[in-house]
Amino acid sequence: MAMGLLNYFKSKKSTNSASVARERLQILVAHDRAGRDAPSYLPQLQRDILKVLRKYVAVEPGAVNVNVEHDEHHEILELNIVLPEGERKTG
Amino acid sequence: MARIIVVTSGKGGVGKTTTAAALAMGLAEKGHRTVVIDFDVGLRNLDLIMGCERRVVYDFVNVIQGEARLKQTLIKDKRNDNLFILPASQTRDKEALTKEGVGKVLDDLSGDFDFIICDSPAGIEIGATMAMYYADDAFVVTNPEVSSVRDSDRMIGILSSKSRRAEEDREPIREYLLLTRYSPERVQRGEMLSVEDVQDILSLNLIGVIPESQAVLNASNSGVPVIMDNESTAGQAYSDVVARYLGEQLPHRFLDIEKKGLLGRLFGG
Repeated sequence: MAMGLLNYFKSKKSTNSASVARERLQILVAHDRAGRDAPSYLPQLQRDILKVLRKYVAVEPGAVNVNVEHDEHHEILELNIVLPEGERKTG
Repeated sequence: MARIIVVTSGKGGVGKTTTAAALAMGLAEKGHRTVVIDFDVGLRNLDLIMGCERRVVYDFVNVIQGEARLKQTLIKDKRNDNLFILPASQTRDKEALTKEGVGKVLDDLSGDFDFIICDSPAGIEIGATMAMYYADDAFVVTNPEVSSVRDSDRMIGILSSKSRRAEEDREPIREYLLLTRYSPERVQRGEMLSVEDVQDILSLNLIGVIPESQAVLNASNSGVPVIMDNESTAGQAYSDVVARYLGEQLPHRFLDIEKKGLLGRLFGG
C-alpha cells in the first residue's frame, strides 16, 4: 500500500521529456528535409557565385550561402553573402 | 496482379518483422492469397517469427540466381492455406539482390498472389532499397522515440524518390504510418511522444497504433504471428490495421490508459 501511494504521488511529478523530444525532432526533420529537397545544382551554383564574387571582393570561401525554401505556392532561392569587415568603407 | 507492400523503418528493432508477419497472416485470414518475403539477406529472421525455420530448404537468393525454382522454395504456412513464406539467405551477402532479379521474382509471384509483403532489413542500403523499389504501398513502422521518427522521415524521402513508381512518374507509393510499442501511460506522464506528435512531424496517414505488449515477445518465442493472439491488445490492434488497410473504417484503440479504480491505483498495477 505504501509503495502504491508513493508511486501515485511520484507519477504526478511530470518530467515531460516528450516535449523536448518533439521540439528537437521538429527542427531536425525540417533541416533534413531542406537538405534532401534541395536541387542538385545548388553546390555548383554556390561555387560559381563565389568564383565571380571573388573577382571583385576578397571574401572568405564560406561567405556564400545558397538555400532553397519552399512554401505552399513558391520556392525561394535565398542567397546570403557575408562581406568582409572594412569592405563597406571602401565600397 | 498482386499488390506489393513494403514494411520498412530505417531503424532496426522497431517491429518490422513482427508487423510483416502479422500483416501477412491477417491478410491470409481474410482470404487473400499472400506471400511474405524476407529481404534481410545474411541474417534471416522472418522464418523464426513465422515458425517455419526448420522447413527452409532453398531461399530467395537461390531463386534469383536460378539455383531453385520458386515453387519449391516457397514455404506453405501450416496454419493457413493462403499464406506462403519466401525466406532470406543466411550465407550470401546483400549484393546478391539485383534489381532485375528481384523484379523477376516479384513478377512471377504477382500472378499467383493478391498481396506480396516485403519485409525490409534495417538501414538504407541495398536490401532495404530493393525491398521498397517495387512497392505499391509502404508501412513505415515507427516507435515513439526520436531516432526512430527521424529515420522514418528519411525513409519517406527515399520512398518518394527512389522507387519504381517515382522513376516511372506514376502515382506515388501509398505510405502509412504504423506506430508500435506505444505506451499510453508514458505518454500521459510526458515521457513519450504521443500519436499526435509523431503524426505532426511525419504527416503520414496513420494506419494503426500497436500498444507495447508482452504478447509480442510471447508470440515470437513460439513462432506464432502475434495477430493470432486475439486476447492480446497487440493482436487486436494488428487485426484493426489489416481491416483498415482493406478499407474498413475503424477507430484507433488502446490509445488511452485503461481506467483503474482507486484501489488499483493505491496498490499499484
